[in-house]
Amino acid sequence: MAQMTMIQAITDALRTELRNDPNVLIFGEDVGVNGGVFRATEGLQNEFGEDRVFDTPLAESGIGGLAFGLSLQGFRPVPEIQFFGFVFEVFDQIAGQLARLRYRTGGKFHAPVTVRAPFGGGVHTPDMHADSLEGLMAQTPGLKVVIPSTPYDAKGLLISAIRDNDPVVFLEHMKLYRSFRQEVPEEEYTIPLGKAEVKREGTDVSIITYGAMVHESLKAAGELEKEGYSAEVIDLRTVSPIDIDTIIASVEKTGRAIVVQEAQKMAGVAAHVVAEINDRAILSLEAPVLRVAAPDTVFPFPQAEAVWLPNFKDVIETAKKVLTF
Amino acid sequence: MASNTKNVQFDAAAQVEKIAEQFQMFQILNEEGQVVNETAMPDLTDDQLQELMRRMVYTRILDQRSISLNRQGRLGFYAPTAGQEASQLASQFALEKEDFVLPGYRDVPQIVWHGLPLYQAFLWSRGHFEGGQIPEGVNVYVPQIIIGAQYVQAAGVALGLKKRGQKAVAITYTGDGGTSQGDFYEGINFAGAYKAPAIFIVQNNQFAISTPREKQTAAETLAQKAVAAGIPGILVDGMDPLAVYAAVSQARERAVNGEGPTLIETLTYRYGPHTMAGDDPTRYRTSDLDNEWEKKDPLVRFRKFLEAKGLWSEEKENEVIEQAKEDIKEAIKKADAAPKQKVTDLMSNMFEEMPHNLKEQYEIYQAKESK
Repeated sequence: MAQMTMIQAITDALRTELRNDPNVLIFGEDVGVNGGVFRATEGLQNEFGEDRVFDTPLAESGIGGLAFGLSLQGFRPVPEIQFFGFVFEVFDQIAGQLARLRYRTGGKFHAPVTVRAPFGGGVHTPDMHADSLEGLMAQTPGLKVVIPSTPYDAKGLLISAIRDNDPVVFLEHMKLYRSFRQEVPEEEYTIPLGKAEVKREGTDVSIITYGAMVHESLKAAGELEKEGYSAEVIDLRTVSPIDIDTIIASVEKTGRAIVVQEAQKMAGVAAHVVAEINDRAILSLEAPVLRVAAPDTVFPFPQAEAVWLPNFKDVIETAKKVLTF
Repeated sequence: MASNTKNVQFDAAAQVEKIAEQFQMFQILNEEGQVVNETAMPDLTDDQLQELMRRMVYTRILDQRSISLNRQGRLGFYAPTAGQEASQLASQFALEKEDFVLPGYRDVPQIVWHGLPLYQAFLWSRGHFEGGQIPEGVNVYVPQIIIGAQYVQAAGVALGLKKRGQKAVAITYTGDGGTSQGDFYEGINFAGAYKAPAIFIVQNNQFAISTPREKQTAAETLAQKAVAAGIPGILVDGMDPLAVYAAVSQARERAVNGEGPTLIETLTYRYGPHTMAGDDPTRYRTSDLDNEWEKKDPLVRFRKFLEAKGLWSEEKENEVIEQAKEDIKEAIKKADAAPKQKVTDLMSNMFEEMPHNLKEQYEIYQAKESK
């Protein structure tokens, strides 16, 4: 075991898979000699060579096309999109091409591609760096979308993502890259995709969340406990497909639920979670399922992040509304 | 300092002209089937020359029958190919089996001659997943609908071949309109930066649906767009099978020798509409223009060339036509026999392992289908 930040756990997962499978290729803008703009690929080119870890021209669609073409030649590409706000440049290659490769060829070809990209607010990045666009990906048949919130999860989920034989979008929250350390096993391990985790057990209300909001929700749960409320915090970990069983089991136990996301209310995956609960557990509900989400504006100018981004106070407020409905 | 430079003028006109001069049209056979460039003659045996003609005639018939089958409702999406036989088939003829073809939506003939069974091409036209189930060992992808996407993907396939150390190339096709796409430029630029073994073909049939080539770009030729990627570009008479074959052979040779990609513009024409989905070319093309290009028909000039060499006859041609018609009939029958698609089939083709939402929906549809 070693104490690792999330970024170190990601590097460790990438190193593990580069060692395990000669078909794994890592490429993107400045991921080679530079080791990535966040150091996620630091030391990897040095250890595995330019043939395995290499830089690309500055063009996201080209990077997506490269991943697609390398898949057709039996490689296991792990491309990086420098910031997920730049996904619009490569939307066709991800949603229009990679996600459909297996279906279009009736299973004759497939795309074992893991697209890594940082996202997320709270670190005062310039325009189009921090937007939460997982909702766009989650609405694309053929993709899986993974968002870890801890170093331990990041490593196990990334290894699973890379080994998956279908395309996975792996979104890394910038604020969580180095915000804390956690014990992470040095050996390889996997966490199944599509499996949520109960990060805190509780009996009065289920807080279903992902990404940086997991930590806001845990903080809120601590505060709520002081007021005598027991909140269960579920980290989705995979936002497409969502883990229905874990969500429903929790809601059936608590009878109350909120869904917490950093994305705007009209975006993200919260509406989908609410709909699934309504479909499957309405008879268990003591109150409607409410959402904590950002306002439906464009992602804020950096100085307005603090007033715009949802935080633990919003979680407490919404949880209380549901608890006292 | 200003006084020293004020009379120095950048000669913009000369620059444009000098670039255009580097992209002269490469031709071997003229409209009369005469060899006008003996030194560039590709090394093809009599059998190979006849085989190329056979494929061109066959594909002209395939186009005629496909249009007619489409009108009868026995085919779906179809983009006519008549006029482009030299551009499509002579380029494919220069390939080896190991080469990987990434076609556009009009490039069905190339993948058929590269090994995709005809009935599957028909199933693709109709919209059946079996059409995309490329047989093992046939190195092609399904026709790409998103114009330009095949270009960036070709750069990836070519890089893959290079990394595997294979002596093979990735070849891809787009049209004149497609050169305006960002992916077009990114594809040739990536392949250039990685010195990847790719051949990029632009079939300039002069119209993107109704938009003439002049409205796509102010560039004198499309071949010169290669300059932006720092790779060689060739403008070739796309109605001349020998010139197309020679250009692609040379590009392939360069590529497998590790010298990188080439962009080839084939100047050609489609005699038919853009697609069979209601396009009416009389709205945007004159009959004069049609007549002018019919004189350039690749079949006419290649037929004359071969007849002069005593390698072709009406009898041979009729044999090909009969064979084509028979094969097409068989292929349509085979396509008719393909089982109807079920929703559960579509679900099964999404992932290696179905996620739970699909599993759940699979059971629902399986129950519906078993009723």
